[in-house]
Amino acid sequence: MRRERVPIVVIVPAAIGAAFFILPLLGLIVRSPWRDAVTALTAPETLEALKLSLLASLSATAVGLVLGVPLAWIYARVEFPGRDLLRALTTLPMVLPPVVGGIALLLAFGRRGLFGSWLDSSFGITLPFTTAGVVMAETFVAMPFLILTVEAGLRSMDRRYEEAARALGASRWRVFTRVTLPLIAPSLFAGAVLCWARALGEFGATITFAGNFPGVTQTMPLAVYLLLETNQEASFILSLVLLLISLVVLVGLRHRWLIA
Amino acid sequence: MRNRIWLLVAAVLLAACGSSGGNASTSPSSSLLSGYINVFAAASLTASFNSLGVAFHRASPGVGVNFNYAGTPTLVTQIEQGAPADVFASADTTNMDKLTADGFTSGSSRTFARNQLEIVVAPGNPKSITGLADLAKPGLIYITEGPTVPAGKYSLQALAMAGVKVTPKSLETSVSAVISKIELGEADAGIVYTTDITAAGPRVQGVPIPAASNVIATYPIVAVKGTRYPDVASAFIAYVLSSTGQSTLATFGFLPPS
Repeated sequence: MRRERVPIVVIVPAAIGAAFFILPLLGLIVRSPWRDAVTALTAPETLEALKLSLLASLSATAVGLVLGVPLAWIYARVEFPGRDLLRALTTLPMVLPPVVGGIALLLAFGRRGLFGSWLDSSFGITLPFTTAGVVMAETFVAMPFLILTVEAGLRSMDRRYEEAARALGASRWRVFTRVTLPLIAPSLFAGAVLCWARALGEFGATITFAGNFPGVTQTMPLAVYLLLETNQEASFILSLVLLLISLVVLVGLRHRWLIA
Repeated sequence: MRNRIWLLVAAVLLAACGSSGGNASTSPSSSLLSGYINVFAAASLTASFNSLGVAFHRASPGVGVNFNYAGTPTLVTQIEQGAPADVFASADTTNMDKLTADGFTSGSSRTFARNQLEIVVAPGNPKSITGLADLAKPGLIYITEGPTVPAGKYSLQALAMAGVKVTPKSLETSVSAVISKIELGEADAGIVYTTDITAAGPRVQGVPIPAASNVIATYPIVAVKGTRYPDVASAFIAYVLSSTGQSTLATFGFLPPS
C-alpha cells in the first residue's frame, strides 16, 4: 500500500479530535494513586461491587443472547410491515439517555407500573431495589448492541449453506444450531462482548430503576460515582479498572472480529 | 455495513459513560450591585432558595442568581473539581468543614437555618406508620439517603437513638430522590427533612419523629474562594440571614439558626 500524504487541514483537526479522547484517559492515569491501587481494589466494598457487576452484566448478556438472537433473526430474515419501526423501538436505548430508560422501566415494571403492579398483586414480585432489577436495567440498555451486531452477521452470511443443509433433509432447528449459529459465531461473539461491556458500564438506568445498595444493587459504576464523594483516590482507581476493561474489549474485538 | 455499525457502536459505547452534572446558565446585568452568582445549595433547600432567589433579584435587579441543587457531598466534589460556585449552602457542618479544610471557602461560614427529620410516606399513610419502630415492619420497603448525604447520616443517628434496627432497600443520592421514589410508590417510607415534606405538598405525607430521637440539622452558608463577584456573594448571604430571608425560610418549615 502506498503511503498517502495527509493534508494539514485533515491532520490538525484529527489530532485535536484524538487528543480530546486521550487527554481524559491520561488525566485518570496520571492522577491515580498507584501505590494505593491494591488497597483500593481489594477493599470489601470494591470486591462486593465488582462481584455484583460481573454477576449482573453476565446475566444481562445471557438474557440478551436468549432474547436478542431470535429478534435479530426475525429482523434479518422475515419481511413484515412495521419491521423497521420495531427495530428502531428495540434499539432505542442505544441513543436514549439511560436515566430516561430507568424512568420508563419504573413506569412499566415498578410497583405501580403498567405490568409491575400486576406482578406485585398476583405474585408478590417487585423488581426495583433487587439484583434482578439491575439485570433488567442493564439488559434494557445493552441488548440493542447485541441485536444489531447479530443482525448484521445474519445478513452478511452466505445463505447457500443453510439451503444445502435443508435440501439434505436437516430440520430447521438443526440447520439453525449446526449451520447458522457456527457461521455467525464471530458476530455472535462480538455482539455478546459489546453487550457485556455496555452492561458493565451501565449507570443511569440502574440507579434510577434499581436504586443503590451495597451487595444488592450497587454496581461498579455506582460505587465509582459514590466514592468520588468519600474516597476520590479509590474512585480514580476503579474508574481506571473499568476503562481498562472497555479498552481491552474494543481493541480485542476490532482486530479479531470486526474487520469485515 | 459491519464497519459502519462498529463505528456507531463504539461512539455510543464511549458516549454512554456519562452521568448528570450541575447547571449554570448566565444572565449578565448591571446596576449598583451587579454580577451574577452561582449558588450551590443542598437539595433540601431547593424550594426555599428558589423563592429567596426571586426575592433577592427583585430587591437588587442588577444581580442574577443561578442555583445548582444536589446532595451536599456531590456539591463539595463539584466545587473541589473546579465548578464555578460562588456561594455554598450545606445541609451539615461536616461537609462545610471539609470544604473549609481543603481551602475552598472565603471567610467563615454562618449558620442560617436548622431542620429536623420526619418520616415520609405516601398520601393517606397506607402502611399506617406511626413512628420509627414501624420502619422495621416486615415487608415494608424503607429507603434512605446514603451515609455521606447529611440526611442519610442523620437518619442513621435517629434510628440508633430510637433503638430501631432496619436495613434500607436503597441508599439514594439525595433527599429529592427518596421523595420521588415514595411518590412513585416504589418505596413505602423514607426519612427526610420536615421542609421536604412541606415543599412536596399533597404529593406525600409526613409522620413526625419525637424530639427524643430526632436530629437537628444545622445549615451553614459561605462564600466560595475565588468568586468573581464577592460583593454579590456576601449580599446574597446577608439576605439569607436577614429577617426577610429568615421569615421566608420559616414558611418552608425551617427552624431559626438558634
